[in-house]
Amino acid sequence: MVSRTTDDYKAMALAGCAAICEPAFWAGFDRKSADGFYDYFCQLTQHEPARAQKNGIPHYSWLCINPKESEDMGLAREVMALIPEFLNAPNVLGIGEIGLNKNTKNELKILEAHIDLAVKHNQLILVHTPHLEDKRKGTRLILDALKNNPKIEPHRVIIDHVEEHTFREVIDQGFWAGITLYPESKASPQRAIDMVETISAQRVWLNSACDWGHSDPLSVPKTALEMKRRGHSVQAIDNLIFGNPIQFLSQSKKFIRPEVI
Amino acid sequence: MSSPTRKEVADLHFMDARAKLLDLAAFLDRVDRSSGSDDHRIRGLRLALKVLNEGNKNRVAEILNQWSDPTAEPLDKSDTKAATGVWPQL
Repeated sequence: MVSRTTDDYKAMALAGCAAICEPAFWAGFDRKSADGFYDYFCQLTQHEPARAQKNGIPHYSWLCINPKESEDMGLAREVMALIPEFLNAPNVLGIGEIGLNKNTKNELKILEAHIDLAVKHNQLILVHTPHLEDKRKGTRLILDALKNNPKIEPHRVIIDHVEEHTFREVIDQGFWAGITLYPESKASPQRAIDMVETISAQRVWLNSACDWGHSDPLSVPKTALEMKRRGHSVQAIDNLIFGNPIQFLSQSKKFIRPEVI
Repeated sequence: MSSPTRKEVADLHFMDARAKLLDLAAFLDRVDRSSGSDDHRIRGLRLALKVLNEGNKNRVAEILNQWSDPTAEPLDKSDTKAATGVWPQL
């Protein structure tokens, strides 16, 4: 996790984390050239897996130019041209996290280009939906873009960062949904489990944001604890926290079902 | 899993909700003590407060929808990368 310390890997290992999925995302600043992304993709495919392995955690990644940096379409296309070289890396599961940030026309064009790239290389897709007041509109634009590509199979796409006003729309259209746990800006453990209880426990996974900003790498086990406090069975907790991500990720031949201690 | 009773829900989550409500009250007091012009985020927050007591069982979705950009067309360009939490034109 490029934005976290080695101590976070250790804490996640101690909390029972069986595997890490790290999407390509914003670095907290805009990179000035495609060379910067080349180095970043090396980091995601070589250096971070090695860091994670020191704590016994398998590390997987997703590649793209994230929507926050895709407004510059010239740079975005240069970066996208680099991606095929990395798709054969053993830890790359697909294209992501693609999507929209401020729902602009340029962002949408680059999203469509990423969808084409994923289809061409038969990759799974991980989608970032916009933040806060931009989420509902962006989610709808993203769903339309995916549905406009006849080769997209919804069960091979996960739409991340759903909240109460977008979750049902994603699930109803056959896609997977991701509930991202953040201390402030997305879902809390309590809200996440409310959504699972009232909307769907199928085709959904939970993920801890391991971001530059205020975030908590242990929020998935904390959410498992919230389920336990509410009286959910061990089986129900295991299905949501472990079984569902295994089911989605196993659609990539590179994903190896992790052993759990 | 059977549906919990109200007492069970309160036993589990009341103190957390109580603390968050008091924090919100303190925030609004702080806002009222401050000077300057209106802020769309605080306007959005005050609008959302009305939803809390209306008995709708989907309060979170309703509030999130209230704060969302209601338009459908992609923007030509954006002046900023960041969202603020409430649609500025609300």
